[in-house]
Amino acid sequence: MRDLTNEILELIRRTSTDLPHDVETRLREAVGKEEPGSAARGALETILKNIELSRKNSTPLCQDTGTPIFYVHYPEGMSTRALKKQIREAMAEATKRSYMRPNAVDAIYDKNSGNNLGGDEFPYIHFEEVDAGQPLTIELMLKGGGCENVGAQYSLPNSQLGAGRDLKGVRKVVLDAVQKAQGQGCAPGILGVSIGGDRGSSYYASKEVLFSKMGTRSEDPNLAELEERLTGEANQMGIGPMGFGGQTTVLDTKITGLHRLPASYFVSVSYMCWAYRRRKMTVEGEEVVYD
Amino acid sequence: MREITIPISDETVRSLKVGEPVALTGVMMTGRDAVHKWMIDTFIKQTRQPQGDDLEVYAAIKPLLEHGVIYHCGPVVAGLDTKEYKFVAAGPTTSIREEPYQADVMRHFDARGVIGKGGMGPKTLAGCQEVPFVYFHAIGGAASYIAQSVQKVLGVHKLDFGVPEAMWVIEVKEFPVVVTMDSHGGSQHAMIDEKSRKVFEELLAKS
Repeated sequence: MRDLTNEILELIRRTSTDLPHDVETRLREAVGKEEPGSAARGALETILKNIELSRKNSTPLCQDTGTPIFYVHYPEGMSTRALKKQIREAMAEATKRSYMRPNAVDAIYDKNSGNNLGGDEFPYIHFEEVDAGQPLTIELMLKGGGCENVGAQYSLPNSQLGAGRDLKGVRKVVLDAVQKAQGQGCAPGILGVSIGGDRGSSYYASKEVLFSKMGTRSEDPNLAELEERLTGEANQMGIGPMGFGGQTTVLDTKITGLHRLPASYFVSVSYMCWAYRRRKMTVEGEEVVYD
Repeated sequence: MREITIPISDETVRSLKVGEPVALTGVMMTGRDAVHKWMIDTFIKQTRQPQGDDLEVYAAIKPLLEHGVIYHCGPVVAGLDTKEYKFVAAGPTTSIREEPYQADVMRHFDARGVIGKGGMGPKTLAGCQEVPFVYFHAIGGAASYIAQSVQKVLGVHKLDFGVPEAMWVIEVKEFPVVVTMDSHGGSQHAMIDEKSRKVFEELLAKS
């Protein structure tokens, strides 16, 4: 099998230092909605300057280079052990080159590993097998700690919010999460919502759904409608960029559903900050293409 | 934009009001979760004996923080092997985690400013009025942009806390911030929270 360590290093560099086009476009659109001279507009203008500067100098968009989350789709027969080794080597090298901040801290002894490698779960790598003739794809998402900390999980029904076990109840708890987050998740944010599952699978699904492009609506018309409604209503709350007040609090909402136990009805909200770093590389034969 | 130099006088602190954009110039220090806990445990509540270089570090940072500024930041730093440090990316981290500690830390060190993001709560706001100090909000995630205002890394303490958690002493020029909590009880964060809560309650009432 071909050694892809350098190509994966390039994937990490691109993810950390250059925002996807669809995200940048949404941020540019948001500027015009804020009052000239307002703190909200100033924040968005600074964000756009930062995006340009990071791209030009190949420096991290945000100093919190986040939890690295890899989703690998590999053709049948390819060694996942070899891929994992290459991903881990690329991650350590990316840290050495300051594309990544050393971010893996042993929770029991408070020791930073210094190279973004920690145990078997850091970086997080999810493998999924595809047919032998299919290309290898590696997707990477970097999710900062500030926005991760304002994520929330609800067990419905929730009597305090009057949220029952239906999409009306889901709407209420998601709006609650946005109100509680204020600007602390680096608004304007993007919401990944998962309904159902157990506590663990529910949170994972709420992040997986964030791999899709801005504006991609759920195929389920009921969920698609709720996605649009939640983005609109979140923006009515006036929290605004950085929590400075303003029109744009949430750029997009993505919802997915999982099967659940009869006893459980979880709603998990993953809040993604404006620095919505996700990239994909596709390997077809000798050719490596980055999105 | 109003330019302020560090150390900051009481008169200047008292003149700052919520909403005012400010450019900061001078020497400041980064400090976040591990640093605040270390300060409280070792020197303020003294629930832990000083160990290793604790006392030397304390003596070094004490004069720096007098009328000085603490920056909630865990930077990306180049030059770790040569010790010719350079800030590559250095935006603010979420401040609310220091809510239990901040007011006590500012009082103990007689500091005048905190820089972070997301704002802080009532205990810190009360401290702002009493000590006095202000909370400066930097733009979260604007790490490459903010790193440009860091002219020089003068030194580092407690690097064993890890690069993001160490105390980096930096010289900054025209570091861009907005006052969001002042020394007169004003908090942009409390205001937005209350306003958004009202809208949220209206939305809850709809089906």
